[in-house]
Amino acid sequence: MAILMTEPAKQHIAKQMEGRGKGMGIRVGVKTAGCSGLSYVLEFVDTPAAEDKVFDQGGFNLVVDPKSFLYLDGTELDFVKEGLNEGFQFKNPNMKSACGCGESFHV
Amino acid sequence: MALLQISEPGQSPEPHAVKRAVGIDLGTTNSLVATVKDAKAVALPDINGNTLLPSVVHYTSTKTVVGLDAKNNAAKDPLNTLISIKRLMGRGKQELEASEQQFPYEFVDTDSSVPHIKTAAGIKTPIQVSADILVELAARGKESLGGNLDGVVITVPAYFDDAQRQATKDAAKLADLNVLRLLNEPTAAAIAYGLDKGESGLIAIYDLGGGTFDISVLRLNKGVFEVLATGGDSALGGDDFDYAIMRWIVEQLGDEAIFLESLTPNVERELLDIACALKEQLSDNVIATASYNNTALNLSRDDFNKLADPLINKTLLSCKRSLRDAGVDKADIDNVVMVGGSTRSLRVREKVAELFNCEPLVDLDPDRVVAMGAALQADILAGNKSGSDLLLLDVVPLSLGLETMGGLVEKVIHRNTTIPVARAQEFTTFKDGQTAMAIHVLQGERELVKDCRSLARFELRGIPPMVAGAAHIRVTFQVDADGLLSVSASETSTGVAAEITVKPSYGLSDEEVTTMLQDSFANAEDDIAARALREQQIEAEQLIEALSSALSIDGEALLSKEEYDVLARGIEDLKYAHNNSSADTIRLEVQRVNKLSDTFAARRMDSNIHQALSGHHLDDLESATSEK
Repeated sequence: MAILMTEPAKQHIAKQMEGRGKGMGIRVGVKTAGCSGLSYVLEFVDTPAAEDKVFDQGGFNLVVDPKSFLYLDGTELDFVKEGLNEGFQFKNPNMKSACGCGESFHV
Repeated sequence: MALLQISEPGQSPEPHAVKRAVGIDLGTTNSLVATVKDAKAVALPDINGNTLLPSVVHYTSTKTVVGLDAKNNAAKDPLNTLISIKRLMGRGKQELEASEQQFPYEFVDTDSSVPHIKTAAGIKTPIQVSADILVELAARGKESLGGNLDGVVITVPAYFDDAQRQATKDAAKLADLNVLRLLNEPTAAAIAYGLDKGESGLIAIYDLGGGTFDISVLRLNKGVFEVLATGGDSALGGDDFDYAIMRWIVEQLGDEAIFLESLTPNVERELLDIACALKEQLSDNVIATASYNNTALNLSRDDFNKLADPLINKTLLSCKRSLRDAGVDKADIDNVVMVGGSTRSLRVREKVAELFNCEPLVDLDPDRVVAMGAALQADILAGNKSGSDLLLLDVVPLSLGLETMGGLVEKVIHRNTTIPVARAQEFTTFKDGQTAMAIHVLQGERELVKDCRSLARFELRGIPPMVAGAAHIRVTFQVDADGLLSVSASETSTGVAAEITVKPSYGLSDEEVTTMLQDSFANAEDDIAARALREQQIEAEQLIEALSSALSIDGEALLSKEEYDVLARGIEDLKYAHNNSSADTIRLEVQRVNKLSDTFAARRMDSNIHQALSGHHLDDLESATSEK
């Protein structure tokens, strides 16, 4: 029971954290929005909230609020390159449907 | 599949709302495009990894080539290879004739005041040539961001007048780009270093490029930059350093080898390349070495300084003049920003630091810093940051939303969104012929209405009767800078509207806000289950509603007794499941009843078409459709 990260994702986040020069980790989460119900959140974290779950990733922390964790448990975060375009992708086993572009989803 | 980028805390974009915005540094010698990725400005490379695009366009009768390949053609095909076109932007023909600068192009006489250049691809104006460069940069942006660009910020020199700015805008229009703003190059450089975050200050931007030198003095006041003075030398740049070193090389080689006056273009090019290499070595080494025709060349930093100082002193003179024009003392300058590849030279940094008596900012790549600043500005202007950094006043403490069918809360403005903010969302009717809609405004993080705080209720009346789902009700939440929330709703086809104003934070103490937040975490699991159940129940209700109304209209006409009974029983089963079962069971039941009703739905469709068409001749239909 956890949220997983691929090696490319870890490396990219570590690099971005270093470039930013502050912060203790990365927040992943979900919020209700979009055409299919929920959408992902991916943000730097300066100070985590008291109720947050914090996972040490070696070098940086992965921060999830307890509510999002229920939606994200078992999710793998990957960093992919598609030609010149690159970015993060969530592979969420809880997801039942997503809108065409994958920006929002449904559990 | 859309790829996500990391955002600053609290600034995750809404889905489908990320705007693809880039900043473009449209330079005299080189151009660049940059964007904000993972909350940081980065210059975008082409497929070969080059970020700099030489601002050169080569025209042939069949194609237009931009960049490095075009530049390599400059010597072979000078009439069709247009370089430094920026110097012609917004300039009239008379001005060009009066200027000392020579352009090796074939100008055509026209009635227009804009210079026209004859090329193998036809007559081109500087605006068209710039547009071709912009198209190339935009293509790079599109490919990197995975889609069409929503907006661009293009930088122009601070001294550009209205005509030159307009010409730049026209070029962007021709390139089919949406210009969010033209930004002064020195301002862009200051933004790239985050100097706009400060309250106020005086900033000098020292921009020493390949062939030009610009100095600008800016005053920052409450996030707004004002250009106090600009100066510079349009014929002084890094290339002049290379020439100075080349003359030194010729001296070193002695009179037996080469004379400066009799250099062939090829030898000159070769020597300039060596000179440039020596210059670059000195950024890291105390002595630079190279060899030419078996003669070793050792250029020490001291030697280089002697060669470079006269040139650097010229730029410092321009700096002093601009300071005088701006009416400020050099001691008052808070920051000096270095721009342009030639500011990599340590000697230049030393001398500039000496003049202003402060260490210049050199952390960012001086070639890219202008494009990066433009990218940051484009990101804000396109609306990718919730609210603008310059207007960061306050945030919404708890999410604001409204009640939807089944007692669920749909959040419209999420907590921690910076205000002022306005968000609109479309809703629709639930029942056939529904003419009014109750809007219930709520505050809180929980999923169900009963767990959130009710702020206001109002009704939108006068919706024209339509089938369920056909009306478009646009609900807009707006929180102004004072935290005042107003909610308005309007039906988009008729324009009927209603509105209410509430002050959401009224009466809530910090502790209450905290409690509401903690509740949402403590009850997360229950909330999710409750939400899932309610969603399925609504599905079931919708199906019961639709099927019952269809059965009562023409169920008996279209169905046999047995078929009718099966569907009627299906409705009853669904009603039972709705009241007594889990979300998953209801889902299965909805699917089952849906399937049962497939035949009925198909027959209704056939019957409707039959009714619409019977009694009409083909000719009637044709004339009826052609009238439309």
